[in-house]
Amino acid sequence: MVPLLEMRNITKTFPGVKALDKVSFSVHEGEIHGLVGENGAGKSTLMKVLSGVYPHGTYTGDILLRGELQAFRGINDSERAGIAIIYQELALVPEMTVYENIFLGHEIHRGLAIDWNETIKRADEMLRRVGLDVNPESKVKDLGVGKQQLVEIAKALHRDVKILIMDEPTAALNEEDSANLLNLLREQRNHGVTCILISHKLREVIEIADTVTVLRDGKTICTLDSKAGEVSEPVLIKHMVGREISNIYPPREHHPADEVVFEVRNWNAYHPQLERDILKDVHFNVRKGEIVGFAGLMGSGRTELALSLFGNPEGYHVSGEVFLHGKQMHFRHPKEAIKAGVAYMTEDRKGNGLILIQDVKQNITLANLREISRRGVMDNNAEIQVATEYKDSLNIRTPSIEQQVGNLSGGNQQKVCLGKWLFVKPDVLILDEPTRGIDVGAKYEIYTIMNRLVEEGMSIIMISSELPEILGMSDRVYIVSGGKIVGELPVEEATQEIIMDLATDY
Amino acid sequence: MFLKDLGQVLRKNIREYGMYIALFVIMAYFTVATDGIFISSRNISNLLNQTGYIAVLAVGMTLVIVIRHIDLSVGFLAGFLGAVAAIALEFWNLPVYVVIPMTLALGTLAGLITAYPVAQLGIPSFVASLAGWLIYRGALLLVTASTGTIIIQDEAFNAIGNGYIPDIFPNIGFLPKVHKLTLIIGLIGIILFIINAINSRKKKQAYHFEVLPMNIFIFQLVFVSVLIGLITWVLSGYNGLSWTVVIVLIVVALYHFVTTQTVLGRHIYAIGGNPEAAELSGISVKDLTFIVFGSMGMLSALSGILFASRLQSATTQAGTLFELDAIAAAYIGGVSAAGGVGKVTGSLIGALVYMSLTSGMNLMNVDIAYQYVVRGAVLAFAVIFDVATRKRV
Repeated sequence: MVPLLEMRNITKTFPGVKALDKVSFSVHEGEIHGLVGENGAGKSTLMKVLSGVYPHGTYTGDILLRGELQAFRGINDSERAGIAIIYQELALVPEMTVYENIFLGHEIHRGLAIDWNETIKRADEMLRRVGLDVNPESKVKDLGVGKQQLVEIAKALHRDVKILIMDEPTAALNEEDSANLLNLLREQRNHGVTCILISHKLREVIEIADTVTVLRDGKTICTLDSKAGEVSEPVLIKHMVGREISNIYPPREHHPADEVVFEVRNWNAYHPQLERDILKDVHFNVRKGEIVGFAGLMGSGRTELALSLFGNPEGYHVSGEVFLHGKQMHFRHPKEAIKAGVAYMTEDRKGNGLILIQDVKQNITLANLREISRRGVMDNNAEIQVATEYKDSLNIRTPSIEQQVGNLSGGNQQKVCLGKWLFVKPDVLILDEPTRGIDVGAKYEIYTIMNRLVEEGMSIIMISSELPEILGMSDRVYIVSGGKIVGELPVEEATQEIIMDLATDY
Repeated sequence: MFLKDLGQVLRKNIREYGMYIALFVIMAYFTVATDGIFISSRNISNLLNQTGYIAVLAVGMTLVIVIRHIDLSVGFLAGFLGAVAAIALEFWNLPVYVVIPMTLALGTLAGLITAYPVAQLGIPSFVASLAGWLIYRGALLLVTASTGTIIIQDEAFNAIGNGYIPDIFPNIGFLPKVHKLTLIIGLIGIILFIINAINSRKKKQAYHFEVLPMNIFIFQLVFVSVLIGLITWVLSGYNGLSWTVVIVLIVVALYHFVTTQTVLGRHIYAIGGNPEAAELSGISVKDLTFIVFGSMGMLSALSGILFASRLQSATTQAGTLFELDAIAAAYIGGVSAAGGVGKVTGSLIGALVYMSLTSGMNLMNVDIAYQYVVRGAVLAFAVIFDVATRKRV
């Protein structure tokens, strides 16, 4: 049988880097094809070649659809051939309505004017097809991330798509939304849509994919058949990293002291723009040398809690008591929290974590310039030393500390973020989704660093939507739901079921 | 071999060197087209003095644009504060050493007032400073309404825009008719430049950072030294360095130091690069907005002083379109509208490019209508060039 899509010997080079080296990749009609590999393995580059982002001529090798040679000059060409790609960062216009977004760029005309009635009617059909129950006239910005993802899929499907490529579709979704999305993919497969799924969440790939291709260092390592039972987590990891990782979480030998370092009592926050309470009567504490996990669904208020404690940059109306080393604190700006020894690493490294146009050393030192300056004048040598130190100790893979952070892979960007906060030398480090969208190898490295930090006496608050991560890393778990702490468990008593049960119980 | 290296370095750093090359080409063209009048000591001296009041505005505007804002009020603020200085000197009979600090303080205050709605209330700076543009224009007309143009008699004040630094040994036989202090300052400048360049190269090599190939490095040293030498020679053949040039150099040196070597500078560029990330890194975007607009106001006052002093009077039209000239100079100088990118030295060169065009075309008697078209075309070209070369990286 001729494969629906075949990519043969694709080689793509960037100045100084061979991103793809004779990659071959074929997808059969009506299958869900998982594409896995570490960050920088070449998955996204391969998909950009396929979708015409890198036009014909900028790479070598052939792309065949149903055996016919293709030469895409741009995204329009690949779209016409029935290829749709949905990126990790959603490409929706937040201020526009759902139906406007679905038909953006493919508006239904009657003469010069857009036929809005027909548009809404068709949008409604598409929404039903993806199982999304929202009013097509609501604005996209008012939907949650999970629903926005479904709108993206509806947008792709209405163009009669043959191959749907999804790049990390569930990275920003909670477990429930992820499950819904995967079900939807199965349904679409039954409708004859072929799907390529790029994901770091291996369990998900194993659960849903019929075939899995593994890339490593720009080369195809293997293609495995799920029905033949070739796909399992250890096998995939072995192929991805080129070595066996026996345990995803490094062994935990924390010995939290009894000393409470950080304590929050009666903490409330009111969101003035949304005009509602977002945090209600929150109590928790963190001990010295302890990793405390904060589990909960997307939108449960965990990030808001962290921000409201970290100098409240969003300007919520807050009340309650915060104690650091037993002393009551009132942080009015992140700089006061940092100075006192509290650091917060954001969940959105590109959005509000890093300055992508600046280099590695400038990003690492940004939050603690005081230490490498005298009377406000920078000591450039000290800066280079500090940056080199963190580059080495965190194993940041970059050609130079003068490399722009925007050019690094996700895992290395995350390490730069982490380096920035470690240089602040905090007593309490809040990590918000510390391993989102990064590969197994980098995850393991970050977990190892976290273990080292708590051994050195730091206290870590880890917000995570991945339950295995919560269970694998924490000493104690708080469950957050609807802006409240709804449960507290020592990790030995916690299971995924108990946590999900509490987290979904409003 | 050398040419190949040179070509490679130029291609790699085309964004940075582009402006210098453009300035060089423009000056060379006008020199040929005016039979050398353009490069004459007298004209260059005039050109630099005319550039002064735009250059200081462009320096301040660079920082404003770097933190993703704009300030339209600076032109008429300069005009208004120039008039205030004139009134203080002529009608209130205040001494010049009181008037200048007072005017600078008023400018800073005006900048802080513009910053208030921007930093505190989140109002777009375009709107806030447009309001300032209207208000200061009205204020300028108001204070000059009864008198019209105010003639300034104070000699010390007028020397700022028209005077030159004194010479040492003006009457010894060696090099007659040449301004020797200017030459000495130029020489010191060259020596400092060379020492600084060698030091920074050594430091970079010690950290195994990329440096220019040796032959290109020497070429760069010689080229810049010759350039400084030539300008110094040309200037010393007329009256030497003017006070305006001295002031501009001090301002540029100070702002260059602050932007490249201090924590404050780092914070400013961090905010421009990603304001949310900067805020979460403990940098108060609000405070920095006040500082940057405050500095812009102070430089507006300085610009107003330079202009009033140059004309030896305060007019009802002073400051008209200065803000747009300053913004154009900053953009020609490589400042990015997306924020976070731009050098004050670049903006100085941008201002020189811009004013060279005016000066050269005036010498060639080009109609003012065409002058605007040419200046617009150069601005458009500079920005397109900037964006095009940025994409390659």
